[in-house]
Amino acid sequence: MDWINAILQGILLGGLYALFAAGLSLIFGVMRLVNIAHGDFIVLAAFLGLTITTTLGLSPLLALILVVPVMAGIGYGLQRLVLNQTLGDDILPPLLVTFGLSVIIQNGLLEIYSADPQKISAGALETASVALPGDLNIGVLPLLMFGVAVAVIAGLQWIFYRSALGRAFRAVSDKQDIAQLMGLNKAHIFGLAMALSLAVVGLAGVFLGIRTSFDPSIGPGRLIFGFEAVIIGGLGNLWGTLIGGIILGVSQNIGAQINPGWQLLAGHIAFLIVLAVRPRGLFPRID
Amino acid sequence: MPDALLSTKALEAHYGDFQALFGISIDVQPAEVVAIIGANGAGKTTLMRSITGLIRNKPEMVVWKGRAIGALRADQVAHLGIAMVPEGRQLFQSLSVEENLMIGGQMGRKGPWTLKTVQDLFPLLQERRHVPATALSGGQQQMVAIGRALMSNPDILLFDEISLGLAPIVIKSIYEALPAIIGEGMSAIIVEQDIAKAVSVSHRVYCLQEGRVSLQGRPDELTREAISAAYFGV
Repeated sequence: MDWINAILQGILLGGLYALFAAGLSLIFGVMRLVNIAHGDFIVLAAFLGLTITTTLGLSPLLALILVVPVMAGIGYGLQRLVLNQTLGDDILPPLLVTFGLSVIIQNGLLEIYSADPQKISAGALETASVALPGDLNIGVLPLLMFGVAVAVIAGLQWIFYRSALGRAFRAVSDKQDIAQLMGLNKAHIFGLAMALSLAVVGLAGVFLGIRTSFDPSIGPGRLIFGFEAVIIGGLGNLWGTLIGGIILGVSQNIGAQINPGWQLLAGHIAFLIVLAVRPRGLFPRID
Repeated sequence: MPDALLSTKALEAHYGDFQALFGISIDVQPAEVVAIIGANGAGKTTLMRSITGLIRNKPEMVVWKGRAIGALRADQVAHLGIAMVPEGRQLFQSLSVEENLMIGGQMGRKGPWTLKTVQDLFPLLQERRHVPATALSGGQQQMVAIGRALMSNPDILLFDEISLGLAPIVIKSIYEALPAIIGEGMSAIIVEQDIAKAVSVSHRVYCLQEGRVSLQGRPDELTREAISAAYFGV
């Protein structure tokens, strides 16, 4: 029963990893930009959620109403003011600039919030659970997070393949010059893509903060989880990213079940196995 | 001619240190079809890229309805009503046929062209609307590219090398469809290497050679010899 429990919890954890990864996947798909600071933005969103819940006394789920738009605004501004300037034929400048951002965010958070671990309190919701047959209990919160992750992936999928905005994303991704000829301002479209990416990060950050304790230094670790989920699932496939997140979550929990010290290692090993067997991921869409 | 729809004035364009255009001055009147002919490397495509804003120039080098637009971005130029069918079709490969057309129409400029009227013009695009655009044959892709440009209801349509890489029979049918495409009141610039084709549908011809206008005039004023000389520079 412990094993089934571990796998079940791993699946639910995978939803959170998919949220870490979705924004990363989105902006890579639209503008071939790898955002090294992605994990630090997740932590930034967690601290933002913490500040809002403690100062305004809001529940963390209500705080999302503020965190998500603020993160989206940061994303749009960042893209228009900084990142658009770095995009071009050379892939190195955006890597260097987002690496620099990562350092700046970590140290900025350290300065403001100190290195002490923090946690967002969700009150009674944290311990609420539903009983399943066979002595299994599932926390309401992990279940909620997983449901939100599935909804976010479905929503992004819909935006990308069914909406005018998604059409513009794909057109700009295909041929930037020709998309400009069609009246699409790529600087603006890229800004919207980054806004969407960081909106998802806003969600992911608050969920992370409710689920575990966090401090300013954990961003790069979340970035790795996000990367691994994207690569396992295959580039450019959002549902693949969800499955990648689930595989990562389940492997980590199985590892932890064998030996508590093996949690992270098991996840990385699962990632390496997929990479060795299917170098382009399980369900790749783009080359 | 003061009331030209579009004109370039002593337009110069550079790729880095390389100068591609040397003082090109052309004009297009309302409802006029102008052909631009010239050999490879004469600067035809560079001229199109300059007009559409893909290459940015000094503002006064490109004038649209009396307004200097040479320094605008391509998307701003597109909103003014200048559309292009680019060389090599350049369809969006991750979009379906219909989505390619819809991208052309997303600026919301009003006019006769809608998804429906474009699909009436090219019924095949209706039939195959959910197919990825690049799964079509070259000629069919050209229809999508033309339809995509029409969807913005432009005041002027630029055709860059429409017959390049297409079978002669396809080229013939495209040129036969051209009057219906350009229709009443729309201006057009047709860039071609095929002199006879271009001359047959246009009111005026400019010949480019090594980044300069080497000849211009109405088709009936120009002799074959004069065009050959201006085209090849011999």
